Amino acid sequence: MGYLARQLAGRTDPAPDAGWQEAPERKGFFTDTSICIGCKACEVACKEWNAIPLDGLTLSANSYDNTGGLGASTWRHVAFVEQSRERIAEARESGRRLVELGMPGMGAPPAAVGGAPAGGSPAGYGTPPAPADGHGPDLRDMLASSTASRAGTSIAAGTAGASGAASPGTTVDGTPMVGALPDFRWLMASDVCKHCTHAGCLDVCPTGALFRSEHGTVVVQADVCNGCGYCVGACPFGVIERRTDAAVSVREDGHVPDVGIAQKCTLCYDRLTDDQTPACAQTCPTTSIRFGTRQEMVDIARERVTELHEQGFTEARLYGANDDDGVGGTGSVFLLLDEPEVYGLPPDPVVPTAKLAEMFRKAGLAGVGLLGAAALAFVGRRP
Amino acid sequence: MANADCVVIQGSNMAECHPVGFQWVSEAKARGARVIHIDPRFTRTSAIADTHVPVRAGTDVVLLGAIINHVLSNDLYFHDYVVAYTNAATLVNEDFVDTEDLDGVFSGYDPRTGTYDNASWAYEARADTDGEIQEPAGDDEPESRTRARAAGQELGSYGAPLEHARVVRDETLQHPRTVFQILKRHYRRYTPQMVRDVCGIPEEQFYEVARAITDNSGRERTTCFAYALGWTQHSLGAQFIRAAAILQLLMGNMGRPGGGIMALRGHASIQGSTDIPTLFNLLPGYLPMPVAGEHDTLEDYLSQIASPLQKGFWTESPAYTASLLKAWFGDAATPDNDFCFDYLPRLTGAHGTYQTTMAMLDGEVEGYFVVGQNPAVGSAHARMQRLALGHLKWLVVRDLQLIETATFWKDSPEIATGEVRTEDIQTEVFFLPAATHVEKSGTFTQTQRMLQWRHQAVRPPGEAQSELDFFYELGRRMRDKLAGSTDERDRPLLDLTWDYPQDEHGEVDGEAVLREINGSHLTGEKAGELLSSFTQMRADGSTSGGCWIYTGVFAGGVNRSANRVPRHEQDEVAAQWGWAWPMNRRILYNRASADPQGRPWSERKKYVWWDEEAGRWVGKDVPDFPVDRDPSFRPAPDDGGPAALAGDDPFIMQADGKGWLFAPKGMVDGPLPTHYEAQESPVDNPLYAQQRNPSRLIFPRKDNLWSPSGEEPGSDVYPYVFTTYRLTEHHTAGGMSRWLPYLSELQPEMFCEVSPELAQEVGLENGGWATIISARSAIEARVLVTDRVRPLTIAGRTLHQIGLPYHWGIGRDAVVEGDSANDLLGVVLDPNVHIQESKVASCDIRPGRRPRGEELLRLVSEYQSRAGTTAATAHERVDEVPPEMARRRAAAGAPGETGSTSATADTEGTG
Repeated sequence: MGYLARQLAGRTDPAPDAGWQEAPERKGFFTDTSICIGCKACEVACKEWNAIPLDGLTLSANSYDNTGGLGASTWRHVAFVEQSRERIAEARESGRRLVELGMPGMGAPPAAVGGAPAGGSPAGYGTPPAPADGHGPDLRDMLASSTASRAGTSIAAGTAGASGAASPGTTVDGTPMVGALPDFRWLMASDVCKHCTHAGCLDVCPTGALFRSEHGTVVVQADVCNGCGYCVGACPFGVIERRTDAAVSVREDGHVPDVGIAQKCTLCYDRLTDDQTPACAQTCPTTSIRFGTRQEMVDIARERVTELHEQGFTEARLYGANDDDGVGGTGSVFLLLDEPEVYGLPPDPVVPTAKLAEMFRKAGLAGVGLLGAAALAFVGRRP
Repeated sequence: MANADCVVIQGSNMAECHPVGFQWVSEAKARGARVIHIDPRFTRTSAIADTHVPVRAGTDVVLLGAIINHVLSNDLYFHDYVVAYTNAATLVNEDFVDTEDLDGVFSGYDPRTGTYDNASWAYEARADTDGEIQEPAGDDEPESRTRARAAGQELGSYGAPLEHARVVRDETLQHPRTVFQILKRHYRRYTPQMVRDVCGIPEEQFYEVARAITDNSGRERTTCFAYALGWTQHSLGAQFIRAAAILQLLMGNMGRPGGGIMALRGHASIQGSTDIPTLFNLLPGYLPMPVAGEHDTLEDYLSQIASPLQKGFWTESPAYTASLLKAWFGDAATPDNDFCFDYLPRLTGAHGTYQTTMAMLDGEVEGYFVVGQNPAVGSAHARMQRLALGHLKWLVVRDLQLIETATFWKDSPEIATGEVRTEDIQTEVFFLPAATHVEKSGTFTQTQRMLQWRHQAVRPPGEAQSELDFFYELGRRMRDKLAGSTDERDRPLLDLTWDYPQDEHGEVDGEAVLREINGSHLTGEKAGELLSSFTQMRADGSTSGGCWIYTGVFAGGVNRSANRVPRHEQDEVAAQWGWAWPMNRRILYNRASADPQGRPWSERKKYVWWDEEAGRWVGKDVPDFPVDRDPSFRPAPDDGGPAALAGDDPFIMQADGKGWLFAPKGMVDGPLPTHYEAQESPVDNPLYAQQRNPSRLIFPRKDNLWSPSGEEPGSDVYPYVFTTYRLTEHHTAGGMSRWLPYLSELQPEMFCEVSPELAQEVGLENGGWATIISARSAIEARVLVTDRVRPLTIAGRTLHQIGLPYHWGIGRDAVVEGDSANDLLGVVLDPNVHIQESKVASCDIRPGRRPRGEELLRLVSEYQSRAGTTAATAHERVDEVPPEMARRRAAAGAPGETGSTSATADTEGTG
């Protein structure tokens, strides 16, 4: 794929594309919502480190979520979703279908590798992981090989049950982990900027305030941003926002910094520069938020989703780990326990600039056409 | 916990209130453990657990008792462990009569005082000694007095004393007076059906929980319990924990990896503040506070801690006490003056926080130091607390912020209602800024008894001071004022060793204090050397040590609490992270991890075992046993102390070396946990005529009214149960969170959690307002309607529970304010440890905000008069029983009366 084509869509490593030479490996988060305890330490650590003002001091009456969503003053946000038995059954079923029926786009066919995503594909969101770089195993293969290898070892282990070694789908005492459908569940998930491979916000920024860092992340420079707001509409996830004067200061002088300026997670660019872990991942007490190279995060995420499927939690699925999706994969990958919409995430995000080349081509053609028509008009004029 | 195969979290919302410790539950789960959460509400802990079991608040003894019954009736207990390591086989004397036979009281109950004489609970003694085994020194202490000093709590790290350990045992467990058979009879009626009707737990869910515990116990597997204030804050809280202890002993889950009962500590160094106590009845290391008139001499005092003929390490208490007094009074303490034992204050009664508050109201207290606490918001009956503060002459509040306790005189709710006027309050209030945990160095002692050193990150701002600096300075100034005094009463202060080094900023060196606590040799060739173990302590004044259980933390001059070897660089026991008392042992009573012959119970749960060749106990942890004691060793009849521990007596701090299923001493409200309803309950006790714990501490006062219970007329005025709790986002009464914008934003307003069914029943709207009214007060809260709170079916009737976090208070200085849930509570206390019942009470709820001003008082009193509540309501010690039963009780009881006696006449709490 040519350098220019890689700039707008498809698989790529964004930092070298942005001109970084000898860039470090791309960094990212893996947020495993299946072990999140909703403590919101990530929200607080993020606000503390980045000295962000408050959204406000009002009770939302929406479960335990009082910050609402990602925005100019909330760069990590924990969603709380209360669900009934029916909804859990649906989530389990929809997750199972992703594997058993074989989703289009789950593991892009080799023929499609290097080309544009297959037409009509749901682009991997809400699906098990696609093979990395087009040649890794997909979830079905991973599940199959895991089962096969266990069949071998369990014979060798002999009295595994008595010594307490658990089989994958059961607890130590042999109880199926997934059990009967519970009456109720409470999902918690910490959301954050996706640091897309193809970031709409960055592509449309007219001032250069947004830039691609050497770590492959997307960062806003508040002192360069002029507050035009193009980026706000260009983010397919609704992450970036301009700070309004409704924000509440945490400072004694009551000052709210950067009103009118676009704001979002920087993946702690300043901490990364000093080889430190981002504040949210550093503080997470259950390792629900992990930080590392993006490839490592995707690998861990896949192992975890395989493990959960083996245990019978078919509702588990990855989000953002497919490089063939509409944003070329995200730097922040997630393990969800239901459809992305349940958490307020778009099921099939597409960077609005993906079709920029085509649009230019078409606009160019139209322009040429118009020019031609105009010329014809002159040509056709009576002398 | 990470090694557990099943984790039962009951009486705790661990993920929310102990999120950092919860990582070990997550770890256990990742290794295939089952996690069960038993709680009235579906919380963030339930969200991670495999199973959530909703339970009616305050009924845990029924559930645990039924599991005990299930285990005993189906022979599911760990037989070899139970016979060898517990007192199951021990015989109790003939005079003992169970609650089953006396309709809810044990033998020895005195209805006039509400106390037990526990003589009839004693073990039977061997024929070569007399009758029954009493406390040492003849048990001449009246039980009412033991209760007044919260005697149960003094046993923080050890069993109650016994005269000697010459007990009678029947290892076939068949004798009708064995503890085993008594236990079986006691819990016979605690059945799954009873659980369904009392706790609201369906039978199949009961069996699921019981099976999880029994399947995950035994040689190969272990189950761990975790609890917090959801178990302790009840009028029989200590018995909730005893019930779990009985179950864990029966299942063989004590002293083994992945077993035990984790007491989750509510905030930083709460364990430390009982080890080196801030409690009125304890000295460091769980030595009791001496009592006026009983402990006039050191000899009297020591003879009540332990008898030389009992087993275990408490017989060494003379060495611990002498070393403590040497640490405090230095050269002034000599064998000739009993090491200045006379300098110690003596207890004249109960001086707990609630008794002190009522004494303030009665004008008996002049001054009050409030340090790291916010009673105007955080204590039960917060309204009574605030009113009491106004009766003081002076009040010192040391805190990070201007908490409500410091500003009560200008913005308490009682000023809004017109009950109190600022200009009438005579209290002089001093506010002193305190340093935060990052602004001072020192240790935290947390759950698991682990001391961890904390380094100072920044110096305290402005005039803020650490507690250490403040109290050192206060002591210094007082001593300066008294310097040269010849008055005898000033000697204790003047003779104190009060000479800690200070750095260039005037800050006291915390390590110097820790060295003093560790203790050192004072004489001989090792003089000046730090002790490495409490076994080096001597009763002759040749050693010092400020807290015997902490000895070793500074062994070899190294501050071991500052050890911080990462877990990936050491084995799983992680002995090089911090330092755990005693002797850096990570699992107490770990001798029980091996069988009676000293072999590991299983390869999988191998921990500490007997190495035959070396003739020593070895293993992954520091063995909690005399290290060269052969498993087959049997003591001579006249041996006492550590020498009397048989090779299979793993519970080395118990007077008989065994785990106590039945507690012949130590618990003031009964040898076995028994179900009583809470002080306020819409439900009648279906097990006994006795509704409430007959030994609970009651305070019949006009400002401490209660709703009628069960079928009593007026109980329907307050038909709902409420429970109070904390959220992750805030810290207790808010002093460390409501002043922080980032935390306040996450939970900005006081709310109540109700089920959709209750919301519909009374017309509450999600996000709207509700007024909650109890027999004491009324508060308002925003409404969260959620399926996380479920109505329960109790004996065929629907029962609604309401959840109330207690973080908010009225005070204009914080970022967010709100009504305090603690205003709704009254004061009734567990008799063992004097903790208040704040996890369950009765209320009404209705839509809309509460009235303002005087109208609020009118609303509360209108409810009170509709319910017909008076100071006598719910203050009966015992409930009416038929004459025949009254006669039986009298026959089994202490001297005196029969039938029911109201306690209104002999008011407690003012003495």
